[in-house]
Amino acid sequence: MSNTPANLKYASSHEWALLDGDIVTVGITDHAQDALGDLVYVELPTVGDAVSQGDEAGVVESVKAASDIYAPVSGEIIEVNEALADSPEIVNSEPYEGGWLYKIRVSDVAELDALMSAEEYAAQAH
Amino acid sequence: MLKQTPLYAAHLALNARMVDFGGWDMPVQYQSVIEEHHAVRRMSGMFDVSHMTLLELTGPDVPAFLRRVLANNVDKINQPGKALYSLMLNERGGVIDDLIVYAPTPEQPERWRMIVNCGTHDKDIAWLTAQAAAYRVSIVERTDLAMIAIQGPQARATVTGVLPHLAQHILDLPNFVGIDVGQDWFIARTGYTGEDGLEVILPASVADEFWQKLINAGVKPCGLGARDTLRLEAGMPLYGNDLTEDTLAIHTQAAWSIAWTHDFIGRDALEAAKASGPQLQVVGLILEGRGVLRSHMKVTLLGVGEGETISGTFSPTLERAIAFARVPVGDVETAYVDIRGRQVLARIVKPVFVRAGEILTPL
Repeated sequence: MSNTPANLKYASSHEWALLDGDIVTVGITDHAQDALGDLVYVELPTVGDAVSQGDEAGVVESVKAASDIYAPVSGEIIEVNEALADSPEIVNSEPYEGGWLYKIRVSDVAELDALMSAEEYAAQAH
Repeated sequence: MLKQTPLYAAHLALNARMVDFGGWDMPVQYQSVIEEHHAVRRMSGMFDVSHMTLLELTGPDVPAFLRRVLANNVDKINQPGKALYSLMLNERGGVIDDLIVYAPTPEQPERWRMIVNCGTHDKDIAWLTAQAAAYRVSIVERTDLAMIAIQGPQARATVTGVLPHLAQHILDLPNFVGIDVGQDWFIARTGYTGEDGLEVILPASVADEFWQKLINAGVKPCGLGARDTLRLEAGMPLYGNDLTEDTLAIHTQAAWSIAWTHDFIGRDALEAAKASGPQLQVVGLILEGRGVLRSHMKVTLLGVGEGETISGTFSPTLERAIAFARVPVGDVETAYVDIRGRQVLARIVKPVFVRAGEILTPL
């Protein structure tokens, strides 16, 4: 049974988003990391990139497959998780803490309303 | 409805992640592909390979028949039970399948065994049956047996502990040879990982008991995910990726296995292609930059031409991305691989990366 923290918002493409002020931290869900298996490479956007909600922004790769990451909100990439370059496995072990991918300065907080609650996501992902 | 091996319930009991593999419901991983991979390189791991097709060939013309349908030559076999890897070609020189044949043993002096892939089951049997019409050969598929591959530096020692009455046979078994050790029990020192190990054919009815004893002896169950990374590191082709009906056998990493000493199906087409066709070869790539290599990525060799990756993965042993690529023959040491629009540098090496736990190319 995968873990789905209640304080996060979720995209159907298996990203989570945590809003703090106007900064949204983005990662992939426990369900997603478990489905992918051992991660071996994470490709992140560049700090300063502008992204729109639903844009491809990053790729995570396991031994078996590559999977695109989609920006859950629009805004500017202000920070990426540099630790993942050498230790992508952190995404497997701590998908909601040390395994975050990047932070977006969100242009419209209302976009988060389009994302799912933990309950809705858990029902979809099971 | 997917087919199930005799070990299906054992896989579910271990919480394996199951996938459709050539129509079979098979474990792709139990817990971690990387941990399963390392278990085989460092200690011992085991694979349920009961989905593979086991054929038994009997009759006075079997050697002549095999000389016709196989690109490798069974005349090379110089002892009972010896295994021979071969490609089976169509008239165009393309690959119908790759397979292992085992010569008869003193206990079963009439019986040749042939193990072919599961995804090619129907067409292989149809092809072999059609070709056999001109020979006194009988082909029987055995579906009442299971097959377990136990691989790794400690594999043989561990199996001797599980089968103590066969310990001396197993320890004395030369590489690439099999022996009959009981009614429908056949043990061969072969595998698909680049490590020492055994492939055991046994009655389906006792497969689960043998599997559980191996688990209790410390052998780690491994899925198809680790099987793929292990075979790739070991330089072994996968049918469907590296070998296809539309790929000339001389343009594959199994070209070494073509004997050229006999009149096999496909030989004329290969000789014509060698004389006038494009000169292609399979090389190994080790990615110098970041990323993971997958199949069907464009590969550029400066001054030589372009090719394509045919199998790729992240290598747990090298901790780098590796691939096989089919490229024009040329004298260069590096290539650029197109990874989602980025041109990433890769080193060209022989298409074998790891053997018996050792990395073959300095990183």
